Order: sequence, then C-alpha cells, then structure tokens
Amino acid sequence: MASTAQPVAPGITATKKPHRSTGPSGTTPPRAPAREARRIPRFVWALPPVAVLALVFLYPLALVVQQSFSPDEGGTSIAPYGDVFASESFRSALTTTVWLAVGSTVGCLVLGFVLAMVIAFVPFPGGRAVAKFIDVFLSFPSFLITLALLFIYGNVGLANGVWTDLTGASKGPFDFLTTPWGVLLAEITYFTPFVMRPLLAAFSQLDSAQLEVASSLGARPARIVRQVILPEALPALAAGGSLVLVMCLNEFGIVLFTGAKGVTTLPMLVYSKAILESDYPAACVVAVVNIAISVGLYSLYRMVSRRVGA
Amino acid sequence: MTGGERSVRSGIRFDQVSVAYGGNTVLDRLDLTVEPGEVMALLGPSGSGKTTALRAVAGFVQPASGRVYLGDRDVTGLPPHKRGIGMVVQQYALFPHMRVQDNVAFGLKARKVAKDGIPERVAEALDMVGMAAYAKRYPRELSGGQQQRVAIARALAIRPGVLLLDEPLSALDAQLRSGMLAELARLHRELPDVSILYVTHDQVEALTLADRIAVMDKARLQDCGTPQDLYRRPRTEFTASFVGNANLLPVTVADGADTVDFAGRALDVPTGEVSRGATATLCVRPHLVGLGDGPNALNGTITEVQWRGSTHRLYVDIDGHRVKADLKELRETPALGDRVTLHFAAEDAVLLPAGAAEGAGGGTDG
Repeated sequence: MASTAQPVAPGITATKKPHRSTGPSGTTPPRAPAREARRIPRFVWALPPVAVLALVFLYPLALVVQQSFSPDEGGTSIAPYGDVFASESFRSALTTTVWLAVGSTVGCLVLGFVLAMVIAFVPFPGGRAVAKFIDVFLSFPSFLITLALLFIYGNVGLANGVWTDLTGASKGPFDFLTTPWGVLLAEITYFTPFVMRPLLAAFSQLDSAQLEVASSLGARPARIVRQVILPEALPALAAGGSLVLVMCLNEFGIVLFTGAKGVTTLPMLVYSKAILESDYPAACVVAVVNIAISVGLYSLYRMVSRRVGA
Repeated sequence: MTGGERSVRSGIRFDQVSVAYGGNTVLDRLDLTVEPGEVMALLGPSGSGKTTALRAVAGFVQPASGRVYLGDRDVTGLPPHKRGIGMVVQQYALFPHMRVQDNVAFGLKARKVAKDGIPERVAEALDMVGMAAYAKRYPRELSGGQQQRVAIARALAIRPGVLLLDEPLSALDAQLRSGMLAELARLHRELPDVSILYVTHDQVEALTLADRIAVMDKARLQDCGTPQDLYRRPRTEFTASFVGNANLLPVTVADGADTVDFAGRALDVPTGEVSRGATATLCVRPHLVGLGDGPNALNGTITEVQWRGSTHRLYVDIDGHRVKADLKELRETPALGDRVTLHFAAEDAVLLPAGAAEGAGGGTDG
C-alpha cells in the first residue's frame, strides 16, 4: 500500500506543472514565454504525460508482473510460473485459446475477403448501406453477438423452436453454442467486420481499370481475384488479420456469454483463478503469458506490415 | 501462331448500337465500321458517347440494342475475357505488384500460351515499345510515358486483332504526347493488320494518327471521314467547330450564281447543292482569313487580340457576329477598337445547309 503513494506524489506535481508555466504567459508581455521556453529543456514538457501514463497504465501492469513472481508463501520466485506451466488447465487453456484465435482469424479473413469483394465490386442496391452498417457494427459490444446467436441457435432459440414445432421432438438439433464451435461462430461473426473495414478501404483505392484491362487480356474472374485483387489486398489482410488475431486471443465476453463450460481460454482462466479461486499469483502468471503473446504478435504484425509496405 | 489465338480477328462493326444507363441514353444507334488494319479515331467532347462505344467493343457495357461485331463474329453477348482485344487506358492501369515483364506476360498466361514461348513474346513486345531494358523494374519506378509504353506492350503481347486506346496520351505532358503520337504511328506501320479504335477529345491526336475520324456529340455519330475530308469539307456545324475551330456565319443563298448574303453583304462562295433563298451556315477556318482588302472583304471592329508567338489571333466583331482570324505574327500589334478589313478566298469557304447542325451522321461511314 505504501508503495502506491510514491508515484502519486510525482504524478500530482507533474500535472500541476503546465498550469504553473502557462500562468505567467497570460500576464507577462509576449516576449516572456519565449525566453522561458528557452530556459526549460524540451524533455520537461514530456514529463507530465509520461508520468500520467506510467501511473495509470504501466504501474498496474508492473504490479501484475510483480505479483506473478510472488507466491502465496511469500518472497520472490519463479515458482508460480512452474506451477502454472505444469498444470493441465493452463496447457489446455493455451491450446484452446490459440486454436480458437487462429481458427477465428482464418474464418474472418476468408469470410471478410469474400464479403468485402462482393460489396466493393458487385454493384447491388443497398451496397452502400451495407458498407455503412459495417462501420456501425464495429461499435457493438462483442457479447451482443453471442446474445443474438443464443436467440437463434440456443436451446430455446428460433432454430430449435421451428424444429420442435415441425417434428414434435422434445429437443432441437442445434446444440453447439456451448461448444468451442459456438465460440468460433460467434467470434467469426463479430470480428469479420474488423477485417472488412481495411479491405474495403484498400478496394476503394484499387483502380477498376486494372480489373477491366485484366479481363480484356483474357483473364477470367478467378484469375483476376488471385493475381490482381489478392496481391493488392495483402497489406489490408495482414492488418485486419493480425488485429483480429490479437483481439481473439484476448476475447472474454463472447466466451463467457456462450456459457461453454468446457471452453477455457486464457482470459477465462485469469478470471476463474483471480475471482473464483482467489489464486492471484497464478492469475497474474496467465495474464503475463497473455500479454507476452499479444505484444509478440503485435511486433510480428509491425514487421510484416513494414515488409509488405503497408 | 498458337491454336488458342484463332479468336483474334481484325475489324470492328457497330450495328445500330445503343447504350443506356437508367433512362439516360449515352450512345444512340451507332453505325460504324472500322476496317481491318484501319485506325479510327472517335473524337468528341466529354459525354459524347465515344468512351461508351469503346467500352461496348471491349465488353464492359452491354448494349440496350444493336450488335457489335469483331471481324465477322457477333461478340455482343461475349464476356470481355473471350474477346481477344488489346486495351490501353488513360491511367496506364499497370499491375503495381508485378514487374514490367510480368505485366506484359499477364495476358499470355491468362490466354494459356505455351510456357516456353512466353519469355520470347514478352521480349518482343517490350522491344516494340523500346522498353526491353526495363523488364525487371516495377511500374512505380517508371515515368508516366514509360508506364504507358509498358501498357501498350502488355496490350500488344497477346497479338490482338483489335487494339482499343482510351485517351492513351491524356495523362502525359504536351512534349511527351507528341513523341508518343509518333511512336503510335510507327507501331501501326509495324502492325498493319491491327484495327485500332482510338478515343480522344484532342483533335490534333485524331488528325495526326487516324485514317478516318468519327466525330461524336450528344451520344450520336455526327460525322465520319478522313481527316482531310473532315477538316476541309465538314458536313456539320459541330464538326466544323470541334475540328479546327471554324468561323460559322449565318447566311442566305442569293439568287446570283455562287453568291450568299451575309448581314447585307454579298459574298462569293460556292453554293453547291444548297438551293436558292435557303438559309445556310458559312464555314471558314481562322487561319484562312486574311487581313486587309481582298475578295469577300468584311469590315469590323477588333474586340480582342491574343499574341500566340508565331501568330496573332484577332477577334473581330462584324455586325454582331464574331469572326476569328489567325494571322502570321503582325509587325504592329493592332489595338482594341481598331477598324479592320478581313477577307477570305471563295475556295476556302464551305457552305453547310441549315439543319446540318445535328444528327447528320447516319450514313456517313464507308
């Protein structure tokens, strides 16, 4: 507790600094601020934002990391890591998280590419409205999609209701929402627009004359998609895909809302360790692993996107 | 050469081709034949329907009525990739992620030309436009003129019977343009069997390159003929003013032989088939108008003087009608408001019967 007080003090003094320095500039003649600015080194101006950032963001992060090295028995050791890495629940959560994220990303890329191409290149009435709706969709909370899917495929949802009404059976055939496939479906549904957004932007830059010239040269639509559209969409695909991959790795709401008991991802594991089992060191270890994967993927994405010239 | 290229044939024929977007007719019953090996320029202002006509040949717009033929084959319902046409557009449209050689090879691969023959054909096409040294470059590493050469090589590599050029020089600056114009003329001499449809709004390009010019305006063919024919003997007012920017004066054919009445003055002009007493339009090119007294003298007041280096352009008001005269650079620049006399030779004038303003293009091809 005492340790939290230390950063607070510099934080407060730091935020006050701009007030103090802007104060005299309003009352003194115009020359004064220039002279003052010359006396104060540039880096001083960077201190307040850096201090605020450190306080509200980096410090809690550091606490999480610190906690992950502090087993309940006291002291500092890597024992929590050993324990967590050895546990079956962590390994299966890691596997589940990675394959769900990779699967959702691949699904989003394929579905997003096809949908974006239809919206961009096949003129149909309402196409513009659909493109607009995709922007709105990005602002929806992720659990909303899961809730909507529950209404359709849930045990008492639309699809099962129609089935039981028609056949007189007591249960409908759709029972996949609480399985990993339900999570996969929900994640693909929710994250596909995140791939489509950069793709639509890229397609709007693409010169339609290129497509026309390609077809006049004898290329069928499939060849045009493969050799003209796809190469030019690669940076957008890389950008959208890596964004979705990171977001899927960290997705919490969708997994929680499907109520899939068997589907434990890393964020779910953090939640259950911290809130349900009060095992903070283990929760923090999982969190650190999650952060490491996210940061690693992000760096990879930056490297890739620089390579392809995005 | 290869079996897959038998679809290549030369010559284009429009048979009553109409194109409409919504309720808006953008091409109205076009009848036009481009002979094998002929360069036909489609000349007109923007919105005249010339680009639409080209796109109908390429297969990018579907005619509302009428047929399009390549050679003797009806291609009206054929998708673009089955037409075997070479196409070059204003903004080059090179594939940015492919090297120059891959751009040129694209059509050959798409048309399933035997793999071992492709490098040779790419080299041949690049040689033809003088770009062989740039085969390994990317389009972004080339200038506009070089990119357009590559685009032409790409279109020629598939050895098309028909080459469509859609404002190919409009994105280039003036100096490059005249160089490329000469280049295109040379290419056509080297490929005498290829029919070229050349869409442009620039009369110099059309006059320089074309065997025949089809003048388009308001979705319709206005006139069609050889460049000399259209320039010296325009059949419509639109052709006269769009090609060569002619003076157009309203006249009435007088009773005397080869005499017309212009604002109370009698002028000697060959009246041809225009009947006596009829109203008509007198057409004289600005550079054929002379300063000073002479045959067909006209007095007027100078309203504007433009110095254009080697020439002076005078705008002279003659009883409310504005006459343009392009004169070899004058030693003494005339002042605004000066009274001057202009004249022109009878054989330099063309008389257009009234009603020739529009839509006279119906049967002019051939």
